[in-house]
Amino acid sequence: MRMLSVRNAVATSALLFGVATSAAAVDLEFYFPVAVGGKAADTIQALTDEYVAANSDVNIDAVYAGSYKDTVTKALTAARGGKPPQLSVILSVDMFTLIDEGIIMPFDELIKTDEDKAWLASFYPAFMENSQTGGKTYGIPFQRSTPVLYWNKEAFAEAGLDPEAPPANWQETIEMGKKLVKKDDSGNVSRWGVRIPSSGFPYWLFQGLTTQNDVTLANSDGNQTYFDDPKVVEALQYLVDLSQKHEVMAPGIIEWGATPKAFFEGQTAMMWTSTGNLTNVRANAPFDFGVGLLPANKRRGAPTGGGNFYIFEEASDEQKAAAFEFVKWITEPEQSAKWTIATGYVAPRADTWETDTMKAYTTDFPPALVARDQLEFAVAELSTYENQRVTAVFNDALAAAITGAKSAEEALAEAQKKADAILKDYR
Amino acid sequence: MMHRREWVYGWLFLSPALVFLFAFTHYPAVKTVISSFYSTPRGKREAKFIGLENYQTMLSDDVFWKVLGNNFWFAVGTIPISIGLALLMALWVNSHLRGRTLSRVAFFAPTVLPLIAVANIWMFFYTPGFGLIDQLRSGLFGLPAINLLGNPDSVLAAVIVVAIWKEAGFFMIFYLAALQSIPPVLREAADIEGASRGYYLRRVLLPLLMPTTLFVSVNAVINSFRLVDHIFVMTEGGPDNASSLLLYYIYETAFQYWQTGYAATLTVVMLVLLSILAIGQFFLFDRKVHYQ
Repeated sequence: MRMLSVRNAVATSALLFGVATSAAAVDLEFYFPVAVGGKAADTIQALTDEYVAANSDVNIDAVYAGSYKDTVTKALTAARGGKPPQLSVILSVDMFTLIDEGIIMPFDELIKTDEDKAWLASFYPAFMENSQTGGKTYGIPFQRSTPVLYWNKEAFAEAGLDPEAPPANWQETIEMGKKLVKKDDSGNVSRWGVRIPSSGFPYWLFQGLTTQNDVTLANSDGNQTYFDDPKVVEALQYLVDLSQKHEVMAPGIIEWGATPKAFFEGQTAMMWTSTGNLTNVRANAPFDFGVGLLPANKRRGAPTGGGNFYIFEEASDEQKAAAFEFVKWITEPEQSAKWTIATGYVAPRADTWETDTMKAYTTDFPPALVARDQLEFAVAELSTYENQRVTAVFNDALAAAITGAKSAEEALAEAQKKADAILKDYR
Repeated sequence: MMHRREWVYGWLFLSPALVFLFAFTHYPAVKTVISSFYSTPRGKREAKFIGLENYQTMLSDDVFWKVLGNNFWFAVGTIPISIGLALLMALWVNSHLRGRTLSRVAFFAPTVLPLIAVANIWMFFYTPGFGLIDQLRSGLFGLPAINLLGNPDSVLAAVIVVAIWKEAGFFMIFYLAALQSIPPVLREAADIEGASRGYYLRRVLLPLLMPTTLFVSVNAVINSFRLVDHIFVMTEGGPDNASSLLLYYIYETAFQYWQTGYAATLTVVMLVLLSILAIGQFFLFDRKVHYQ
């Protein structure tokens, strides 16, 4: 309390002596995670430096905080220790957790002018699903992604398939996959048909399958999951069958991080991974590749993913205002276009795609448009209260089924029971 | 007068160490035990006293039992082999062979390297398809790709190998120091008496190394609970907790699920386990250890 009143006193005197305000810059600490290959960290740093150079009244200390998991851990630990950052990019799905801990603030308090309102309305609705709850906006989409299908055109041609036509549905994935599997002289597989990584956070790509099977995994209040729905079981059975029954995918848990490399090495003809890897694949794939929507089943579908900007409750009013200005600036079409080109993350606003920079980029590299086109079919990423715990339970169930330790039905029924136990307090 | 002043000096000299010991060891340990009887504070909800509820949760938590089992196998897998290897390596580099310094450095190198960095290299060894192990397997023997980290049956063994590789060199240093402090006259006397090398090793060297073995084995037991850095990088405890260890589970519970109350309970269990094991070892070894 004393700290606050001192701060208020400083603020008041700063207002009284207008000259002093321009001299004393607002300091902001800004955590950001990096989850994909490429130049993500350099780009964030460069954008931050550019902003600080143009605005002498603010100082932003951009801190690379590790993976998404590391970043939320770091932010929560810092908040519990009484020194949270003022601004951070954290997974959109951690919103409920951050609200539950009472450390973030809704942007609604900062949005005052019509211009601000228009800015908020400019983001794609698919990305806002994970950013709003109870009528308030807690996150601003920034490094958002969606999984897409990458395929090796040379491998397709070699297998006698049309290199311009990726599988459009589940059945075609199996049929084409079988043709794409290549074995060496001793009968060992040297190239798999498809690779859907399942290490670390298998629920994310799996949510692509469940969406395609026309089922949602959780309600929008974040307190009820539907893991044991027969359609979810069916989707998991399909994933398991890809390697066990149809033998078009490597058995066991497939490492997320090594997936692009396996694709470059020709170990797999197709892979599912984040659009955040687009620039990485473009720079490193030694063959002609294509990028397409994920195959459909009952419908097309994919989850969104990635990180949002959050502003922390503990910050002073000046810091909140300064952080808000920075968020507005960095999500502007020009900056957002630079960010998208550097990483492959999906630009979260329609007007970014209308900029000259972006148009030039997509003319040169049309695959960048695939992610945008998929947004029409995209749904909110699985997010609940106690998100890390609930997804851990779900991930364990997926891993148990993928490795054959349990049947899909059994694993998911158990996961649902555990999730119910965790979420009962929030209903 | 004089007597009293010395008393003050004594405490003054002790105080820096005491402050740190209390601040970073005793206070947190006591606080952990207390927290284990409270619920997890969240936002505006304060922690409240819930008695043994966290302990009841633990007993019915199948992940807890699984990681405890994993930890048992991890200990069984790492302790004897890393100690045995350490002793072998120490005997090896203590003898007069050529390139002795080079071997010592090579054996000790894993200890110096940070485990997080090394785990990334091991990840590359284990990567199915184009990892080192698979390249050797298919290049030399024409064997199919093997997914060691992605299979619940092999993942624990795979992380055990990394732990042994990391630890053995460290323990070797202690054995090497002990070997060098053994007077050469014993060897000479044994030679004169016509004792074989095996007899000398069994009846002279090993008994004299017992204090070191005790020290090393206590450390090995502690490390088998403590060495989890590579789990973060290599498996995150997966698949389905097949490679999760107690300390890793505590970290997950505390800093990913933010169940700090329950994490305190798990920590208490770990403290109790470690104390029992350490005390047990001292009693078990007591008769066999001769200090010079």
